[in-house]
Amino acid sequence: MSIVEIKGLTKKFGNFTALDNVDLTMNEGEVFGFIGPNGAGKTTTIRVMLGLLKATRGEVRIFGRDAWKDAVELHKRIAFVPGEANLWPNLSGGEVIDLFLKMRGNGSQGRREELIKRFDLDPTKKCGTYSKGNRQKIALIAAFSSDADLYILDEPTSGLDPLMERVFQEYVMEVKAEGKSVFLSSHILSEVEKLCDTIAIIREGKIIETGTLNEMRHLTRTKLTIQTKEPVTLDETKGVHNIEEHDAELSFQVDTEELDEVIRYISQFGIVKLESTSPTLEDLFLRHYEAKETSNGVGGQA
Amino acid sequence: MYSQSFQGTGRLIKLIFRQDGLKIFVWLLALISVSLAAAAAYPTVYTDEQSIQAFALTMNNPAMIAMLGPGYAMENYTTTAVIFGHEMLLFTAIAVAIMNILFVGRSTRADEEDGRIEIIRSLPVGRLSYLSAATIAAVMTNVLLAVLLGGGLYALGIERMDLASSLLYGANLGALGLVFAAFTALFAQLAETSRGATMFSFVALMVAYLVRAVGDVSSETLSFFSPLGWAVRTEVFVGDHWWPVLLSLAIAVVIMVVSFYLNAIRDLGSAFISARKGKEHASPFLQTPFGLNLSLQFTNIAAWAVGIFVISAAFGAVLGDLETYFADMEFIQAYLANDPGETMTEQFIMLLMAIMSMISAIPAVMTVLRLKGEEDKNRTEHFYGRAVSRTKVMGSYLLLAILVSFIMQSLVALGLWSVGTMDDALTFNTAFSSALVYLPAIWIMIGLAVLFVGAAPKATGVVWFYVVFCFIIVYLGGLFDFPAWVNNISSFEHVPLIPAEDIDYMPLTMMTIVSIVFAIIGFIGYNQRDIQG
Ligand SMILES: Nc1ncnc2c1ncn2[C@@H]1O[C@H](COP(=O)(O)OP(=O)(O)OP(=O)(O)O)[C@@H](O)[C@H]1O
Ligand SMILES: [Mg+2]
Repeated sequence: MSIVEIKGLTKKFGNFTALDNVDLTMNEGEVFGFIGPNGAGKTTTIRVMLGLLKATRGEVRIFGRDAWKDAVELHKRIAFVPGEANLWPNLSGGEVIDLFLKMRGNGSQGRREELIKRFDLDPTKKCGTYSKGNRQKIALIAAFSSDADLYILDEPTSGLDPLMERVFQEYVMEVKAEGKSVFLSSHILSEVEKLCDTIAIIREGKIIETGTLNEMRHLTRTKLTIQTKEPVTLDETKGVHNIEEHDAELSFQVDTEELDEVIRYISQFGIVKLESTSPTLEDLFLRHYEAKETSNGVGGQA
Repeated sequence: MYSQSFQGTGRLIKLIFRQDGLKIFVWLLALISVSLAAAAAYPTVYTDEQSIQAFALTMNNPAMIAMLGPGYAMENYTTTAVIFGHEMLLFTAIAVAIMNILFVGRSTRADEEDGRIEIIRSLPVGRLSYLSAATIAAVMTNVLLAVLLGGGLYALGIERMDLASSLLYGANLGALGLVFAAFTALFAQLAETSRGATMFSFVALMVAYLVRAVGDVSSETLSFFSPLGWAVRTEVFVGDHWWPVLLSLAIAVVIMVVSFYLNAIRDLGSAFISARKGKEHASPFLQTPFGLNLSLQFTNIAAWAVGIFVISAAFGAVLGDLETYFADMEFIQAYLANDPGETMTEQFIMLLMAIMSMISAIPAVMTVLRLKGEEDKNRTEHFYGRAVSRTKVMGSYLLLAILVSFIMQSLVALGLWSVGTMDDALTFNTAFSSALVYLPAIWIMIGLAVLFVGAAPKATGVVWFYVVFCFIIVYLGGLFDFPAWVNNISSFEHVPLIPAEDIDYMPLTMMTIVSIVFAIIGFIGYNQRDIQG
């Protein structure tokens, strides 16, 4: 069952189109990764989902209800963590967590204590004196100690140290195991790769790719390192990119849909050695981030 | 959907008081204690009907009316309650307005700008809850002010300060406070930054004062366009009209409704007056600390400059009529010995200069305190991460502040002189020397600001206490009859009263030296302390 359904969402700020006809579907129990370059529209999408921004056009439904009109009701089931938690300087961290829990109306004290311990936070400090990472922890503790069905996280780990990031990942796994859903926007690709079932890539306000990591790998390049008996030139071959030569070895990337053709072609030269690495999310991502490159480029330089 | 728009308001009210309660308490305490102390002190100064009548005579002229409002008919000056109602109302009202502007600005646009409202709105909290919590907190603060002040005045047991009148006095201030709370809430919807929202609100306050000043002197109809204009028409302790209070409340409600509507239809973080696009490159001037500093503070300084010039010009215009006014008033001449017209004008010029200089000190002090503001927003670290010395950065703020003090005082002189075109009430020289003579007193405040930013950054609020203290000494020093050493703490006490006195360079030099010492302590402290961001 889909719990987030975005159809034809367009958001304009004056003349500037921040989101252009965005379609997204997220299923129950899924951890959904949302990635894209700076200024792509991730935060804007999340704010529309939270009913903070009103869609210029299109429809955003969460749990089948309108994100703008039914915001208050919906938020009882949603926990949100912003990328930069600015809090009330005169209140202590513990007070802010309690305040959030009370305003939400559910959540448990036991879980709060456990999270404070796990995230190693001193809840008695005033928010004005916390470090950035510690402020971020407050937002995370408040979110994970509440009893939500959907967690919307906008770069939640910015500022966290690697240890705390691991604690964060464990909690994401935990809520997932409880059958809850997580919408995660992040720049930390290893995190997304590890946690997410489905991924959407947004660039300049448009969704340019969605699917599982496996499906996406299909659409990208495989990295090959080869050694052949006779020298081979690939400069003119369709779907080959970033050719590098070291000694007798040649390494390059191949568009997955052209893989068959390329292997057929190089096998004519007598393959001595062939290594293939499946693309990491980072490869995939970098390819999409690079704005001007055409996907079916011929040849290519390093 | 509509009932849901306000969900969670109660808890947010608590949150706002938890965050700002202490400051609100200090404000209320100061406002109420100064008012009560003044009310209690008047009977000790004006002991009989004659002295009260004499006060009335000195107040009933265009200059004082422009400054403080129309007051009452001559025959109504029978008790000190009336004097209190005349002399204290308008300036207290301005202080109440400032309090409201600062608090509502903080709990609306500032919280939105910093992303606090975003987190709150992601909870099951209505779209209008934060604004309604800020509004209700403002209402509670102003009601508390009205009741405590009204009750306190009544408790003093002064003639004619009965319960109803005292409560009217308090309610008048509270209702006026709400008008400016509402204005600020409105500007918080219109402006994109909290700085912008509070600046628009202060401009509104200044315009309200000016419209009232011009209206009170020339046309009463005009005064009705200013909230301050109707607030000075309650005739409290004499006629006791409640309609200005009701009018204020009605206007506040209307502006609030508009603000709520605008808040409901706009996106979080957006504004109706949005930011212009910036330039792609910094000009060479902008790349120096001073240039950057000036361009960041330019709008603020320019707004103050315009305001100060216009107010001075308005008073200058009144000053022109004053001479003729006194010449026609035979009964005043009978009251006061030899050439009363001139002394009255002189007295007024001296009071005016002191008050205008006090106003000039505000943008000058703000200029220095901005350095602390930048540090709080973690922006000074951009300098110190690069090869810019602390002395240079703080020096650029100090330099700008001194420049601001010159500009503002010159504008005061220019405003008074250029419009007050009469023969010799105020020559160009007198205007300038009587304005510039206040510079060392302002520099003490600037020096104090540097000292606190540099050596005791947590206590920068003390600088504002000092400014307010100096104002109280200028305005009410004669009334309170403090011991001399208390008066002497105020730098404004040491300024030679031109044109009545000659310039005495001794105190001016001393004050300049003291301000330099303050600044040096500030610089030393700043170079040694931790920079928080
Ligand atoms: N209130 C606004 N007014 C005008 N433009 C805006 C506004 N908010 C966002 N934008 C623009 O919309 C675009 C998308 O911004 P958004 O914050 O959604 O990016 P993002 O994907 O979250 O980027 P990042 O990874 O840097 O957080 C940006 O170009 C931004 O400048
Ligand atoms: Mg973002």
